[in-house]
Amino acid sequence: MTDISVSGSIRQSTPRAGQRVRLPTQWLGVAPFFIFALMFLILPTTYLILGAFQNDAGEFTLENIAALSRPSIVNAYWISIRISFTSAILGALVGLAIAIAIVRGGLPPWVRSATMTFSGVASNFAGVPLAFAFLATLGRLGLVTVLLNTLAGFNIYSTGFNILSFWGLTLTYLYFQIPLMVVIITPAIDGLKREWGEAAATLGATQFQYWRMVAIPVLWPSFLGTVVLLFANAFGAIATAYALTGSSLNIVPILLYAQIRGDVLHNPHLGYALAFGMIFITGLANVLYLWFRTRSERWLK
Amino acid sequence: MRVARIWAWITFGIGAAYFFIPLIATLEFSMRMRRGEYSFDAYRIVLGDERFQATFGYSVVVAIFTILLGVLVVVPTAYWIRLRMPQLRPIVEFITLLPLIIPAIVIVFGYIRMYGSNSPLPFLGSARGTDVLLIIGYATLALPYMYRAVDTGLRTIDVRTLTEAAQILGAGWATIIARIILPNVLIAVLSGAFLTFAIVIGEFTMASLLNRPAFGPYLQNIGANRAYEPAALAVIAFAITWGCMSVIQILSRFAPRSASAPAN
Repeated sequence: MTDISVSGSIRQSTPRAGQRVRLPTQWLGVAPFFIFALMFLILPTTYLILGAFQNDAGEFTLENIAALSRPSIVNAYWISIRISFTSAILGALVGLAIAIAIVRGGLPPWVRSATMTFSGVASNFAGVPLAFAFLATLGRLGLVTVLLNTLAGFNIYSTGFNILSFWGLTLTYLYFQIPLMVVIITPAIDGLKREWGEAAATLGATQFQYWRMVAIPVLWPSFLGTVVLLFANAFGAIATAYALTGSSLNIVPILLYAQIRGDVLHNPHLGYALAFGMIFITGLANVLYLWFRTRSERWLK
Repeated sequence: MRVARIWAWITFGIGAAYFFIPLIATLEFSMRMRRGEYSFDAYRIVLGDERFQATFGYSVVVAIFTILLGVLVVVPTAYWIRLRMPQLRPIVEFITLLPLIIPAIVIVFGYIRMYGSNSPLPFLGSARGTDVLLIIGYATLALPYMYRAVDTGLRTIDVRTLTEAAQILGAGWATIIARIILPNVLIAVLSGAFLTFAIVIGEFTMASLLNRPAFGPYLQNIGANRAYEPAALAVIAFAITWGCMSVIQILSRFAPRSASAPAN
């Protein structure tokens, strides 16, 4: 096949000159992409990362990183990590349960296709409108709040619940986290071969033992991998939180947003350090994700 | 097995309740504007609002340019990687995944610092330049989805044979990409395009930080100042997302399954 291709014919006719000319033209084909990525993805990020390690005079320093240990900043990171982690774990568990139910629960086929379609929509329904939807549901005048109050005489706000709080935001994030889990994990559950279940049953395993000793160990890496992806997904999100809580909830993206708008930390380089911290955490999460994925793909081929 | 099925129904039921109650609540809330009865007043006000029309129109135009830019950057690259430089695939795939690792707010922060009016490339010096920068930013956000969609599309056609056939007939590279490759992966490109549209249309962070009059900041502004209109806007936004995803699903029915079944 390569013999008829253009690259092959050039090589045959003028071996040396052809190779010298061919190399740069070959790179020309991917040059726009690399220039684009370099200018608008890699360089801007590098600029911030370098800025995080510089002072106003442009000298190397670790002061900005050290300044991240201010209580208000540590607090912001901590809340962000907790919300992202909680919504990732809960989203993954619930998403897994739903995925198992629709793949293995013996439900009619329309349930599965409807769930998958809806998950595709809901996993992309984030940002400002999602915040509106939850305010209309669980805000002080929301349908669920009002119904519980008038029908059951139960005021959820009297229990200390607030849609503008940690649990309120986590509950809201679950609206896109769960569907994302369903979308990602369903193929993995499809990958559990029926023969494994039959083999386990032949050897006398109960349903419980099959899940504990076969299915869960096989699903484990892709489960953990998706948890990490969901974590990064929630960690970088700002629009929902901002529309829901304004700037009352102190999470890192909102702090960074305020810093970009008005230098609230009174130190531009601290802003860079804040951004660097975000990349560091999501980057770490994604390195773990890639590692888990290479491990899980061994089984699901 | 029967017990398992009951549990499956219960799980599905709880999930369905969690996902449908907010939708019902939002719909109900959006119609509560007139005291004592349901009405579509909130929708009438929102749709009649000049700023709604202006910002929505702006975001639609930006989304269209984002899609064009995305296609322009991704299609030739994915094609070239498949045809000539498969050794670069891991690097390119890694780069296309970067926007999932680097939060949008960090990317736009970098733009603001790098492309200010005093920089060698002063995108932010003019409104038009800022529009361009916003489109570029959105194209990077959509990069992971666009690249995967196009690459999946390319997998189903025989890139090499099509290229050789075109070359024998005397076609140049631009002709090959625009008239041979693009039509053959059109369905994949359109899937990526509609997903891009769904992501871009209500995006808040980048538009807000670049101070552009886009739909996302408008939504946020209405949310902070009005009672019933936000719910109506949420319903509209959900409908748009639903519409985009439905189009993608319908398109996927027309997509060729493998190289042995060419798309014509």
